[in-house]
Amino acid sequence: MKRLGALLLTVVAAVALAACGGDGGGGSSSSGSTGSSGSPSKLTIFAAASLTDPFTTIGKQYEAANPGVKVTFNFAGSNTLVTQIGQGAPADAFASADTQNMDKLTSQSLVDSPTTFTKNTVTVIIPAANPGKIENLEDLANDGVKIAAGAEDVPIGTYTQEILANMAKSSGYGSSYQAAVKGNIVSQETSVSGIVQKVELGEVDAGYVYVSDALAAGDKVKSIAIPETYNVVADYPIAVVKESKNQAGANSFIKYVLSADGQKTLSKYGFLPVE
Amino acid sequence: MVPGASPKAKGGAALAAGDAPPEGGNAARVRRRSWATRITFVLLGVLATAFFLYLLVPLVALLVHAPPQKIWDEMGEPDVQQALVLSFVTTTISTVLAVIFGLPAAIVLSHGNFRGRRLLETLATIPTVLPPTVAGLALLLAYGRTGLVGKHLTAFGISIPFTTTAVVMAQLFVAAPFFVNTARSGLDQLQERYETAAYTLRASPLQAFRHVVLPLVSPALLTAVGLAWARALGEFGATITFAGNLPGVTQTLPITVYIASQRDLDKAIAVSVILLAVSFGVLLTLGVLRSLLAKRWSL
Repeated sequence: MKRLGALLLTVVAAVALAACGGDGGGGSSSSGSTGSSGSPSKLTIFAAASLTDPFTTIGKQYEAANPGVKVTFNFAGSNTLVTQIGQGAPADAFASADTQNMDKLTSQSLVDSPTTFTKNTVTVIIPAANPGKIENLEDLANDGVKIAAGAEDVPIGTYTQEILANMAKSSGYGSSYQAAVKGNIVSQETSVSGIVQKVELGEVDAGYVYVSDALAAGDKVKSIAIPETYNVVADYPIAVVKESKNQAGANSFIKYVLSADGQKTLSKYGFLPVE
Repeated sequence: MVPGASPKAKGGAALAAGDAPPEGGNAARVRRRSWATRITFVLLGVLATAFFLYLLVPLVALLVHAPPQKIWDEMGEPDVQQALVLSFVTTTISTVLAVIFGLPAAIVLSHGNFRGRRLLETLATIPTVLPPTVAGLALLLAYGRTGLVGKHLTAFGISIPFTTTAVVMAQLFVAAPFFVNTARSGLDQLQERYETAAYTLRASPLQAFRHVVLPLVSPALLTAVGLAWARALGEFGATITFAGNLPGVTQTLPITVYIASQRDLDKAIAVSVILLAVSFGVLLTLGVLRSLLAKRWSL
């Protein structure tokens, strides 16, 4: 039995290794064939999680305007989507929440040249009950205020740090403000949804999120606008995935997103139109 | 899973040893062995091998992808060291708490005879079914500052979310059921007549516990400790939701991995390998401890 076991192990291991080897060699060629994007009536769009609401609506509008076409979305963090597309996931187009993630794909020539289709800015949200008694941006520096922000490596976190740096340079706030606000951050969240959730539940007194997220949270939160002088503008790029079997469909969808109808839907959800 | 897997491995070895004599030369006995038995063994071997490979290949892929130099460099990074220490301390505390509170729970479930036992049994399993982020949300709704219990704590100036205590609570909530259920199945094997036999032989309660009860249940308890600890170490979803992420306070190793994966995938993989190495070391130690105990009690 022992010998038999060893033999079995060898055989199975050899088969497995052969399979692994095959995968390694043909990774790029097999990626397209597994796609569900073969049929021209089917479109698979990979989009940043923050686009869930507007893109779901745009998808329905696009389907109505193009009978017979079925649009399927894969919503996730832009970073996750980049990894998935890099591993050959069947996407026809990719909409990212930031240019950095899109750049990762353009530098590997996995997507065609991207177009900016919308913009977003950052705002401060507070729970409707306002437990931290936050009336303006100055109050965020008060002792004992609890703030949720994005982690530094997450786009919203990067933008928040940029805004605080901009405010530190101004005479009105200064570097002591930046230090006090940073000291009040009790959690560096890995996603915007984590920040919104903690503000909605009143577990933190304030959070930095995108204007579109503030709008989506409805009356559970109140917004305190960040003036344009300190604020940053996040560009959202979209591109056709090179491996797509439905390039025409992907291009047509992108065209629809950029059209007046598409832009109107985006602005309804708090996104800024592109000129 | 390592402590859990080891008795099966031992069982397999015993099976193999039992087969050895016929293979040694007695031709008549070999012929007598039916084809059904052979096919069963082959099938067993193939399926078990496939299973272990299925577990092994992704782990090997992580190792292959992580250059040793990168792992070494990451070990020196302050954020990784901080997270490693925090993970080690919090999982140790949550595992100890799981034993302190979980063992009585397991005893009640195993030996108690009362109405509503099945209900408690189910309750002790539910946290393993909940998606971890939902578990974290539930903890926030219960112990958050506006939570069911938490709002009363706020009156005393106690706020649990975003503290190291919250990390331990999240781990305990998600991992303790693994301890309770595994310990419980071990306790189920403990039949009262063994204990009674010990008393008949004039053993003191302490002697009965040391020489009869403990040897019988300790393998299961060690497996239970290993499972609960491993689950606590890997905990991510409930922790990020209930405790948030603040380096040095609530950022455990799995959160470091996730944050790193946002920008530097190589770092994420290197830190994952460190996480794997730590778990492998602890689980292996528990496994060795278990067989040492078994030997000592000659089981």
